[in-house]
Amino acid sequence: MIPGDGIGPEISESVQQIFAAAEVPLTWETVDVTPVKGPDGLFHIPQKAIDSVNKNTVGLKGPLATPIGKGHKSLNLALRKEFNLYANVRPCKSVEGYDTPYKDVDLVTIRENTEGEYSGIEHLIVDGVVQSIKLITENASRRVAEFAFNYAKANGRHRVTAVHKANIMRLSDGLFLRCCREVAEKNKDIKFEEMYLDTVCLNMVQDPTKFDVLVMPNLYGDILSDLCAGLIGGLGITPSGNIGEGGAIFESVHGTAPDIAGEDKANPTALLLSSVMMLRYLNLGSYANRIERAAFETLREGKVLTGDLGGKSKCSEYTAEICRKVQIIDDSD
Amino acid sequence: MALRAVTRLACGALRTNPRLQCSSVSTNFVRCMSSIEAPKPKRRQTVTMIPGDGIGPELMVTVKEVFSAAGVPVDFDEIFASEVQSGKSESVETVVASCKENLICLKGIISSPLSSHVSILHTLNMQIRRELDLFANVVLIRSLPGFVTRHNNLDFVIIRESTEGEYSSLEHESVEGVVESLKIITRANSERIAKFAFDYATKHGRKKVTAVHKANIMKLADGLFLESCANVSKFYPKIEFDSMIIDNTCMQLVSNPYQFDVMVMPNLYGNIVDNLAAGLVGGAGVVPGESFSEDVAVFEPGARHAAAEMAGRDQANPTGMLLCAANMLSHMNLGYYSSLIRNAVEKTIKAGKVRTRDMGGYATRSQFTMEVIKNLNY
Repeated sequence: MIPGDGIGPEISESVQQIFAAAEVPLTWETVDVTPVKGPDGLFHIPQKAIDSVNKNTVGLKGPLATPIGKGHKSLNLALRKEFNLYANVRPCKSVEGYDTPYKDVDLVTIRENTEGEYSGIEHLIVDGVVQSIKLITENASRRVAEFAFNYAKANGRHRVTAVHKANIMRLSDGLFLRCCREVAEKNKDIKFEEMYLDTVCLNMVQDPTKFDVLVMPNLYGDILSDLCAGLIGGLGITPSGNIGEGGAIFESVHGTAPDIAGEDKANPTALLLSSVMMLRYLNLGSYANRIERAAFETLREGKVLTGDLGGKSKCSEYTAEICRKVQIIDDSD
Repeated sequence: MALRAVTRLACGALRTNPRLQCSSVSTNFVRCMSSIEAPKPKRRQTVTMIPGDGIGPELMVTVKEVFSAAGVPVDFDEIFASEVQSGKSESVETVVASCKENLICLKGIISSPLSSHVSILHTLNMQIRRELDLFANVVLIRSLPGFVTRHNNLDFVIIRESTEGEYSSLEHESVEGVVESLKIITRANSERIAKFAFDYATKHGRKKVTAVHKANIMKLADGLFLESCANVSKFYPKIEFDSMIIDNTCMQLVSNPYQFDVMVMPNLYGNIVDNLAAGLVGGAGVVPGESFSEDVAVFEPGARHAAAEMAGRDQANPTGMLLCAANMLSHMNLGYYSSLIRNAVEKTIKAGKVRTRDMGGYATRSQFTMEVIKNLNY
């Protein structure tokens, strides 16, 4: 468990309470990832955190703050690199009881997480001219394409859409697209289509129900996954998982909301739904279903909601309501 | 009375000096006056027309029909340029020469295929844009009165840098299976587009400029862009400046698009936001756009889709292209004709009886064109 910054500790606490109420057979090991200054003068993730995730192979993470345009590297990025979390999965499903102009959204964005525009390779060539390198490799592209098809199969989905811009970036996105096509050849039971990034954006806001599973390079994934979160009501209710070869970190992707930190106003839904994804990943599906039902019921009833969802309740009240529901569902089963 | 005299004076001055065409302050002045009474100009002008691929040629037929019905004193120098049908295409030089001579161009969409015979990495669009140095692309997002979408009453402007960034076409395969693609951001171009955005905001009476970026990840490249925008903003104290990260921008656009006024961003983000925003107000067929260099202005649809699947079936929606043409006319100080056509299009859509398929109607392109012509109120 990595509580994170800002509202992180509160919402982590809330998830732990709900897990306790549902009697999930898990123990938490809380670690702090505030960077420490290493002997080389650079900031690193503390060794303890790395060890913990390596040992347990599964983590749940609250939001971490990244300062804009400053010296040190994004911690989120560092964690992803450290544990080689190559695929970011974000299911976006309309939540009943929380109305947005977009109905019946049910799609999954799968984003390549290790390279692309986020390679972190940038140079100042001469004063006033910067080049930033987008790196696309065959291995990483094939790996994420395979993951997308496997995910589609495992979760009963029917179609995978590769999102690209290979008409402009003919070599790099061309390579990504070629890998997707090759993997699609081997998985004929899943429908495969390819679409330009701009076309996806255009269609997404007109009719999001057209899409099922989307797979794409890093930056496009970042943009589209947030866009999709916007369709269903924001990052406060969107779960996210980062899957790697040796482990997985599930996280809430919203900001740290420093303005309401410590005021018991935060919304723990995203982290809770992420933890539900985690339980499924750990093959604890029955607990996952129960917690998810309790959370969705609470949202549907709309009686006890946090401020950002239009309610007046505190984080602790919302948590208590879900805990109560979890136990009721438990009894009735 | 005095106002009318001033309008006449302004138009007179502009007529005698065709180089003075894009003095937007006076253009705007004429634009708002024209709905009352604008003098009909006598001289005919020539503009370059590039129909492009897909539905482009059909849309140009609509434009020509409407222009001739309205008696617009404009002649077209039509040039076919295409990357898909490269054999038939005129050369880039011809296109550029014509645009440079006429200074104004009405353009359809030239589609960019995945691979090309003409050039390995540069698309034809990029070559034209670069030769003419069309650095600023402006897309006008405005909800059409009477056409209900999920978000209504939207009115904002997206300004996109369109010469560098991800569209630099500098790519190489370092070793087998590893490709590097360079994104180039320069201070000169970033400041130029930022200045353009603030000037645009000033001229069009807009209050706020939002710089869209990803400087939390691309700290140097997008950092330079953001810094340039912030520096330029200091010269425009009357215009509010803020910045937003691209992924959050996309989320805000679908949840609360009313907060935006003028947005300025690097190339690829512009491509994304243009299309996303076009989707908000009704799709690729209804949004006009324009590109500017220092002297040339190109008017083309805001969301760039050639819609090849629709080509030749008389189903295309000419709304966006007609609005482009109307914007072009007001840019040429033909305010009378500009509002004539704009009003006819808006009236047609507001009446809601004749709409193309993408707007939920059953009309063909030619039926829609006829309806617009019928609604021209001389």
